[in-house]
Amino acid sequence: MEGGVGYADNCLKATELRLGLPGTSSDDHHLRGKKRAAADDNNASAADEHDAVEAAPPAAKAQVVGWPPVRSYRKSCFQAAAAKTSKPTAVTTTNKVDEPIISKNSAAPAPAAASLVKVSMDGAPYLRKIDLRMYKGYRELREALEAMFSGAAAEVNPSEFAITYQDKDGDLMLVGDVPFDMFTSTCKKLRIMKRSEATGLGSPRQMN
Amino acid sequence: MREAAEEADSPPSLMSEDDAGSGGSSGERWTADLRGAGNGGGARPAAPPDQVLENVLESVLEFLTAARDRNAASLVRRSWYRAEARTRRELFVGNCYAVSPRRAAERFGGGGGGGSVRSVVLKGKPRFADFSLVPYGWGAHVSPWVAAMGPAYPRLERIFLKRMTVSDDDLGLIAQSFPQLKELSMVCCDGFSTLGLAVIAERCRHLRVLDLIEDYIEDEEDELVDWISKFPQSNTSLESLVFDCVGVPFNFEALEALVARSPSLRRLCVNHHVSVEQLRHLMARAPQLTHLGTGAFRSEAAPGDGGMSMSELSASFMASRSITSLSGFREVNPEYLPAIYPVCANLTSLNFSFANVTAEELLPVIRQCHKLRTFWVLDTVGDEGLRAVAETCSDLRELRVFPLDATEDSEGSVSDIGLQAISEGCRKLESILYFCQRMTNAAVIAMSKNCPDLVVFRLCIMGRHRPDRITGEPMDDGFGAIVMNCKKLTRLAVSGLLTDKAFEYIGKYGKLIKTLSLAFSGNSDMSLQYLFEGCTRLNKLEVRDSPFSDKGLLSGLDYFYNMRFLWMNSCKLTMSGCREVAQRMPNLVVEVMGDQSDDGEETEIIDKLYLYRSLAGPRSDAPSFVKIL
Repeated sequence: MEGGVGYADNCLKATELRLGLPGTSSDDHHLRGKKRAAADDNNASAADEHDAVEAAPPAAKAQVVGWPPVRSYRKSCFQAAAAKTSKPTAVTTTNKVDEPIISKNSAAPAPAAASLVKVSMDGAPYLRKIDLRMYKGYRELREALEAMFSGAAAEVNPSEFAITYQDKDGDLMLVGDVPFDMFTSTCKKLRIMKRSEATGLGSPRQMN
Repeated sequence: MREAAEEADSPPSLMSEDDAGSGGSSGERWTADLRGAGNGGGARPAAPPDQVLENVLESVLEFLTAARDRNAASLVRRSWYRAEARTRRELFVGNCYAVSPRRAAERFGGGGGGGSVRSVVLKGKPRFADFSLVPYGWGAHVSPWVAAMGPAYPRLERIFLKRMTVSDDDLGLIAQSFPQLKELSMVCCDGFSTLGLAVIAERCRHLRVLDLIEDYIEDEEDELVDWISKFPQSNTSLESLVFDCVGVPFNFEALEALVARSPSLRRLCVNHHVSVEQLRHLMARAPQLTHLGTGAFRSEAAPGDGGMSMSELSASFMASRSITSLSGFREVNPEYLPAIYPVCANLTSLNFSFANVTAEELLPVIRQCHKLRTFWVLDTVGDEGLRAVAETCSDLRELRVFPLDATEDSEGSVSDIGLQAISEGCRKLESILYFCQRMTNAAVIAMSKNCPDLVVFRLCIMGRHRPDRITGEPMDDGFGAIVMNCKKLTRLAVSGLLTDKAFEYIGKYGKLIKTLSLAFSGNSDMSLQYLFEGCTRLNKLEVRDSPFSDKGLLSGLDYFYNMRFLWMNSCKLTMSGCREVAQRMPNLVVEVMGDQSDDGEETEIIDKLYLYRSLAGPRSDAPSFVKIL
């Protein structure tokens, strides 16, 4: 019942190395289970109007995404303010760098931070950003990137370009060498460059 | 060929270019004089009498501004259709996916030189995107719209975007395509950075309005562009500059200089990087301001370290006699609040919704705001603060009370007591948004009786399924009274413990309701059925976490074409149910998200459903996590 991000989360867990019996998980799908429980109970009592009290919410409620319905913009403003000292707020000279009012994750579903990475393409003037968790595999990612940059380099043949990324250690790697889930957790930045410039990176097996 | 997403709520199938004069009955009242003068002018080549007729018609149609009226007029006959298309000044698209950009541009672009369209309103993502329910990258890209409108409307003056994804590229193209651009407003948009803002500032030389409201700015500290410096160096035509949501630091000296050379500036809303010391400078440069967003409203100095005095700040407000609207107060130091007293008596709008102030700190301010019509505040002021509002602000039309702590288990500082007080003091109330943890049916009923002019009633009891705190009953009767007594109600958001009975009331009495939001409500599919069958004007329905199944969804089949959209998440819908809707309703686009289990197999229960009427068919830009049925 979870949205796209939850799905990606679960994929990652599937590849996680962990001690424990197969089939057990330390991180249950709280939301899914509890939401269904509440819903089922409600259905059962549909017939009886006045006693048709909603099932009492489960005792240990998981926070639900987007509830109460306060815009993420507003929520992140208060998170930022709370991070500072209590009012009257301490000195900050005005043009000093503060934590931005809009936290990077406010556009993403709340519990799991979106995995936003910048994508640059050689020759295209502007950067893009994508959320890696929205893609199930390399093929989808490539298709999405091609679609994104097809305007900027319309005449160019996509196969002339190689997709590379910068990983956690700052190394430039060719996309496609490692399992996708590992890639999404280590990728910091994507860069699309001419294939001729990407020689020497990665293994002979290219991303197809 | 008419935009399905315009304000008039007719379904796509009624649209017709036929000459048959039987188009909408409201068209008929226009035919009395004009049609009699002719001989069915549409079919024949333009002989002089018909040409005169069309010219007269165009002059008359110039006076029709409401989209609903224009849509009706365009149905009368072909010549009216053309005349209306040539003279429409504002293109309103309530759902950017309801029609293709090219089609919309062609429809109204006639007459060479871009027709008469001067203003475009585009809305994209469903509203629940504001609450992180729509994943990043879902869509609502403005790019194809800019690409289509560029050649079609070169004289475009005003662009209003809501919940659209706008890249820096797009802003560049906007600047390039519309040299006459005067107003750019973006609300709840994302995808752009200060780089895009710089392009707009630099190239839109006739810009009067740049309003950035609750947008998500994509900036990293190392990428900041000094966009404020890019405005023209000569006197500008700026009337409104709102950028409080651009949370990154900016060049203050450049802003001060900009304000100094913008003699028409009436509205200025700065971000939280502006101290009261700096605010003073700005106010000195623009004593003619009517709307002021005050930034942080604290000193740049450390406490006790000799920051500006309150009376110095007060002098600035004394000199700004035109101010009628105040906002900001992002990190307010309450010691500075008395500085605004000189303008309180003239204030019609006050936004304290980012100001963590107590009742005690609010009282002396609010007691002077007799003319207040719009008031946004944090629940930190408590019921006591609201009582003070009720005692003073008898002219209040809109009240929004936001929670400081927006979690389900928070204490909640306002309750039914505050609501009751407001209802007794603010009889002219038209719109209310109220977040609380404790509520009673009695208070809601009281409001329904005391405030008959209510058009918007949004009550959010934050804890899920909470009943009346005194009687323990569901909140059915309270909301029932609202729909019964508030005969002008068009927008309703419900919460608390609610059974099907509440929706029976809403269906029975909520005949004017256009927008309805429910969460954690209802017992059974009957709730949905009551709504679909009863709320004849229902246009937008948003549902989350409620026990509604395919049966409830299918009870709406006859009504979906009359609505702009239906959103349902975390209910009990299945793929089969959604597929059935998609199959039976060809002019609906049915989008599903979250239909995959861990191993990538399609599950039966789906998480999110978003369906909307559309002339454009399934969109081609849907990301992989969206399945269009």
